[in-house]
Amino acid sequence: MDFSYSDEQQMLQDSVQKFVQRHYSFDDRRELLESEQGFSAENWKLFAELGWLTVPFKVEDDGFGGLATDLMVLMEEFGKAMVVEPFVANAVLGGGLLSELGSAEQKAEYLPKIMEGGLQLAAAITEAGARNNLANISCSASKLGDGYELNGEKIVVLNGPAAELLVVSARTGGEQLDETGISLFLVDANAEGVKKHSYTNIDGHRAAEISFDKVKLAQSALLGGEGEAYATLVSVADKATLAVCSEAVGAMDALLQKTVEYAKTRKQFGTAIGSFQALQHRMADMFIECQLARSITIMAAMKLDGDEDETAKQKAVSAAKARVGKAIRTVGQEAVQLHGGIGITDELDVGHLFKRVTAIETMFGNTDFHTKRFAAL
Amino acid sequence: MDAAFTVEELEFQREVQEFLEAEFPKDIRAKVAQKKHLDKEDYVRWQKILYKKGWAAPNWPVEHGGTGWTPVQKYIFAQEMAKVGAMEPVAFGMKMVAPVIYTYGSEEQKQRFLPDILASNVWWCQGYSEPNAGSDLASLKTTAVRDGDHYVVNGTKTWNTLGQYADWIFCLVRTDSTVKKQEGISFLLIDMKTPGIKLSPIYLIDGTPEVNEVYFEDVRVPVENLIGEENKGWTYAKVLLTHERTNIAGVPRSKTRLAKLKELAARTPDGNGGMMIDDPVFAKKIAETEIQVLALEYAELRTLAAVSTGKAPGPESSILKIVGTEATQYLDELFMELASLHGLPFVPEQFQDGFDGEVVGDDAAAATALTYFNNRKQSIFGGSNEIQKNIISKAVLGL
Repeated sequence: MDFSYSDEQQMLQDSVQKFVQRHYSFDDRRELLESEQGFSAENWKLFAELGWLTVPFKVEDDGFGGLATDLMVLMEEFGKAMVVEPFVANAVLGGGLLSELGSAEQKAEYLPKIMEGGLQLAAAITEAGARNNLANISCSASKLGDGYELNGEKIVVLNGPAAELLVVSARTGGEQLDETGISLFLVDANAEGVKKHSYTNIDGHRAAEISFDKVKLAQSALLGGEGEAYATLVSVADKATLAVCSEAVGAMDALLQKTVEYAKTRKQFGTAIGSFQALQHRMADMFIECQLARSITIMAAMKLDGDEDETAKQKAVSAAKARVGKAIRTVGQEAVQLHGGIGITDELDVGHLFKRVTAIETMFGNTDFHTKRFAAL
Repeated sequence: MDAAFTVEELEFQREVQEFLEAEFPKDIRAKVAQKKHLDKEDYVRWQKILYKKGWAAPNWPVEHGGTGWTPVQKYIFAQEMAKVGAMEPVAFGMKMVAPVIYTYGSEEQKQRFLPDILASNVWWCQGYSEPNAGSDLASLKTTAVRDGDHYVVNGTKTWNTLGQYADWIFCLVRTDSTVKKQEGISFLLIDMKTPGIKLSPIYLIDGTPEVNEVYFEDVRVPVENLIGEENKGWTYAKVLLTHERTNIAGVPRSKTRLAKLKELAARTPDGNGGMMIDDPVFAKKIAETEIQVLALEYAELRTLAAVSTGKAPGPESSILKIVGTEATQYLDELFMELASLHGLPFVPEQFQDGFDGEVVGDDAAAATALTYFNNRKQSIFGGSNEIQKNIISKAVLGL
């Protein structure tokens, strides 16, 4: 058993840390949030040049390897710096679905563009009232001539505003909750009948409600076999879930480190507040939470990279998301509480880290969702 | 021991309900229901309606305009107000500085300040915390130096809530730095229009400029604005803080929110064909919260019953502050969980009056995360919950 980073992983970590040092101060990030697009196109190009956009992809797709453990290393560093570029939505989620289900032609057309940073992609797979049940789909794609007609609405599509291409889940058969009859389609975001309502999320990331009104799709828009997308949808979403767990692990470490630092320097009652045992224990608890979150995320990443069956992998991801979600509540709330009023001001990074980890807890199924899935599997 | 309402109390409850139905302005009620931003005018208009009815200050002594209600009547009133979303008065004047003025102020100060507070003619704000005096409030450094008939005030106050609306500020200032820190503090009332006062907004993580830093540079305050004796301010402040703590418990509001949560859960899909109210995991969380609020409610009733009109409750009021704020915060978490993905969009414009754009998701989901973020302040302000535990340890348990 070996938990140390490979040379490649070490290099990956170093390269993100260097990038963050140069381009991603808290003020740099604030400027990005206030910009029209909400992230930097130049940074995105740089991500491509540094090879990061290849990390989620397999070697046979000309990627870095597609290992969850590599993704974990990258995302943890993104988490510490609160990177807002749409890496998960684009490369992990959208790119993952293309990589798993795309035909040779589809992959040849899109994967190089994604890895070169030349295509903004989003996966429109969540619906109102579905509570992350990816089989709960009322969007429909009915046969029309040689192709399909797409109707319905998706909610909180991450990277929806910038996306040029959408991977949309829709029902080609079965009833609303059936796992069969679910298909994926590649949809041009500018196609007639596609309407976006764009906004900013609480964590600064951009998202959109996207509706499809009689959108005409060619047969070639179908990604994978008709009605057979569910299993892949779940496994790719699981990989994205692992990615945000890793991001949260990084962000929580940053919260702990900033809180400890603050406790050492903030003086009240004539002494550093970190000298009070009542507060020391609270920070010790935060540390324990951070360590357990990190441990279970590593477990899940290793399982995803191993040769376990799908159920074991799903169970591992749910364990990680549920445990990380619990840690998010404790670490996030305690970081704010121990900072006092300054912890909920916009001017300090702590509040922003708190908002990001809180959003992560909701995304891809919250703690209750994954606890129940773990029990059911 | 009897927890049931008497016939008279039930009659009173009906009277309150009828009054609220008829007099709580429909437009404000709608804004509250839609979680729209309330401005100064909304608060003042509603407060003046209560004043006209004679119900502006239930907690005040009758001679200054209080209602003379029993603790149970006050409880009924607060509960009925919360049910319709009627705002409590902004605490700083009515619930914080007024008790200090009617308890420790001179006759002249009572005449001068209390009627305008009661009638909501004057908006008050608080100048307690400083950048380096938070939990350790007594270490405050804003100075007031006597110069003839005036004090000259210099320093910085922070976490000043809604000072942008305020006409007056009550401040703790240092008048003697040669003695033990608690013994050199005085309680001063300062007109916000006095030259030398500057306000700078602090934005919170929910995007609102709810609090300010307030800078005082050679601000001249007439000595007649001193409350009680010089250097006795800490004693007065502590009394005020126990009032503040009791106010924070917020039981009626939590009960109203619990009812709302259940109503929402009954129409929120669980993703698998059922509703969230029937989800055993979520239902358990609701039940646990309801039980906690019930325990808190009876803790509060016991405290209220123990104090006579106008008097400050004892150190056990710290229980109400801790448990009340935690209940509020836990309810915020449940609303956020219920909202699921639609709790993520942040569209601040939709909470402004007159917004006619497209709302993202269900109205009820909007702002759940923002409320969660904003209410993290509750366990921090009014003496952080850690400080409350210190009070219980020392003043109640004698540790």
